[in-house]
Amino acid sequence: MPEMSGYSFPNDIHVTWSLMIVMYPYITGFVAGAFIVTSLYHVFGRQEFKPVARLAMATSFCFLAIATMPLLNHLGHPERGVFVVITPNFASAMAGFGLLYSFYLIVLTLEVWFVYRKEIIETARRSRGLKRFVYAALALGTYDTSPEALAIDHKAVRLLCAIGLPSACMLHGYVGFIFGAIKANPWWSTPLMPVIFLLSAAVSGIGLLIVLYQAICKFRRAPIEAPTVTAMARWLWFFLILTATLETLEVIMLAYEKSESWQVVGKLLGGPLSFSFWSLQMILGSLIPFILLFIVVVMNRFLHDRIRNTLTMIASLLLLVQVFSMRWNIVIGGQLLSKSFRGWRGGYTPALFDREGVLVALGLLVLPFVLLFIFNRVLPIYSATAAEEEHDQEPSGPASSEAAPAGGIK
Amino acid sequence: MKDDAIPSQFPVEPGDPTRRNFLKLSSGAVVLFMGGAAVAAGEQTATGAPAEAAAIPPVPVVPVPKPARTEGEALEAYNWEEHRYAYLIDTAKCIGCGSCVRACKKENDVPDEFFRTWVERYLVSAEQSYVDSPNGGLEGFQPAHVAFVPTKAFFVPKMCNHCRETPCIQVCPVGASYRTKEGAILVDGDHCIGCGYCVQACPYGSRFINEHIHTADKCTWCYHRITKGLKPACVSVCPTGTRQFGDMHNETDPVRVAIEHERVTTLQPHHLTEPQCYYLALDKEVR
Repeated sequence: MPEMSGYSFPNDIHVTWSLMIVMYPYITGFVAGAFIVTSLYHVFGRQEFKPVARLAMATSFCFLAIATMPLLNHLGHPERGVFVVITPNFASAMAGFGLLYSFYLIVLTLEVWFVYRKEIIETARRSRGLKRFVYAALALGTYDTSPEALAIDHKAVRLLCAIGLPSACMLHGYVGFIFGAIKANPWWSTPLMPVIFLLSAAVSGIGLLIVLYQAICKFRRAPIEAPTVTAMARWLWFFLILTATLETLEVIMLAYEKSESWQVVGKLLGGPLSFSFWSLQMILGSLIPFILLFIVVVMNRFLHDRIRNTLTMIASLLLLVQVFSMRWNIVIGGQLLSKSFRGWRGGYTPALFDREGVLVALGLLVLPFVLLFIFNRVLPIYSATAAEEEHDQEPSGPASSEAAPAGGIK
Repeated sequence: MKDDAIPSQFPVEPGDPTRRNFLKLSSGAVVLFMGGAAVAAGEQTATGAPAEAAAIPPVPVVPVPKPARTEGEALEAYNWEEHRYAYLIDTAKCIGCGSCVRACKKENDVPDEFFRTWVERYLVSAEQSYVDSPNGGLEGFQPAHVAFVPTKAFFVPKMCNHCRETPCIQVCPVGASYRTKEGAILVDGDHCIGCGYCVQACPYGSRFINEHIHTADKCTWCYHRITKGLKPACVSVCPTGTRQFGDMHNETDPVRVAIEHERVTTLQPHHLTEPQCYYLALDKEVR
């Protein structure tokens, strides 16, 4: 193994994959993670997730809508991006993107439609003029809201969700695969990579929903359901344990094995990644949320609602940082060392105003929430009718009976 | 003008007289080459991507015109199925003059900050090693001062290894990277989307994103020259015979003879990429 003497291959001067390629797995992570939450209700029938099921579906949808943007923004020739779909080289992991993305988009769109079908029709009936026309168009020509038709809707949602769950996992696992299958890069090349990506997607998705749910409840002045927060905290804790364990095991395994990879990974973790990996990802992002959620999970009975909400909120926010730093450490960290393994590249600090810079990345993070706001205006996430409808379909649990809010956000 | 109608595989600066002249000289070969590219794309279609045929219109293989200025050898009709090229680098002969790097830059219009080929200098003792490649070895090498006593020192030219099992072709999502029948790994600059996946996948640092044309760029073995019977520019200018280019289909070719009879190795053989650049007298320090 070559010693570090400062020599980089002459072409290894830039970090080729920029902040945009950090943003992409971060965004698709929310897509997959939020979908897991919605599946917990629709497929696995966990009643305590009912108050967030629609929110999770809408969140997944809005993040999916912009998922291609960071990629297109990164391409040297964005106008040729469509070649990935029309002339795919199926030997390439990246060529699967078009298929996975479009399949999941179709499944999710259908699911949204079936979930909202009754409300779309009712809104169309209630409205006049342009609004009536728009909602009538959204109803796609069927106005059947008989109990039989609604039962079919319900089955369709369950089926679509059951198909959507593996597709969401594939869509995100494949991102891990893209990195994990690069044998030229010891920090990336591990079969664990897709698994770690997937688990951290679940973490970021549940974390985001805890934050969103509490924020929206505050905004609507609606009560925050304790069973929902508790359940989300439990699942978040579970996925955090899995993801942090695998992330740690990967490093320990390499170090113990003293493999060739460790020569590189050790240099990275002891050098340019020492802060973002150990301090951010492992301690601030994993250990502290682990302890906070531990308190919530183990001492749940003794916690006041407010304490529980605050603890899960802080843990979720920290986990959002953890997952971002994990993406950063993988994507950027993996490119910091020259393939000569003797020297570093020139480092990477994203510019503020660059095409692939910080402002654009922030914009990409804000955009899904703008979409979510619009989504909510068109198809209200929390509405009285929705709760009633669900009431008809599902045996009402403790969460669902209280879930009917006084009024939707208008 | 016919010359102007040629689809440009290589970046062409409009104001660059050398490139313009060169293109005029080699118009026939370039047209033929693009035909080759289309055939390669078509082949891939048969194996797995039916949509590809529709997207890449077949470029007709135009018969090579006979420019008056070329050598007699180049006048023969070129058949890419009759060749399989290999490259041989005898590191013991390299003097680090950097002629190859300069020739490559000129011949292929390589951007200033990147290299299709470069030369590394190694100063090695039993305990320590020092490696550098100032500006890719473009201006040769100034004396190096190291804090240990080197017991051996040598130069190693590097370039794309034109691997037979190359990860760069495998990972290209649109099939813009491909292998010609002769074994050269090329990039279709009109099809590359500039995603950079191939740059990540190459273990040798041979690829880069050309920041002028925003596509992947790499050594082509001077495909425009070898299809006319010429040697790659780096081989032509090498004053010591360090760099040799030959045809494995020719039993008497010195490169084939050397690969068959000498003890050759390749860079990073553990990656199993089967490089077609072979090295003589390669030190363990070289990666």
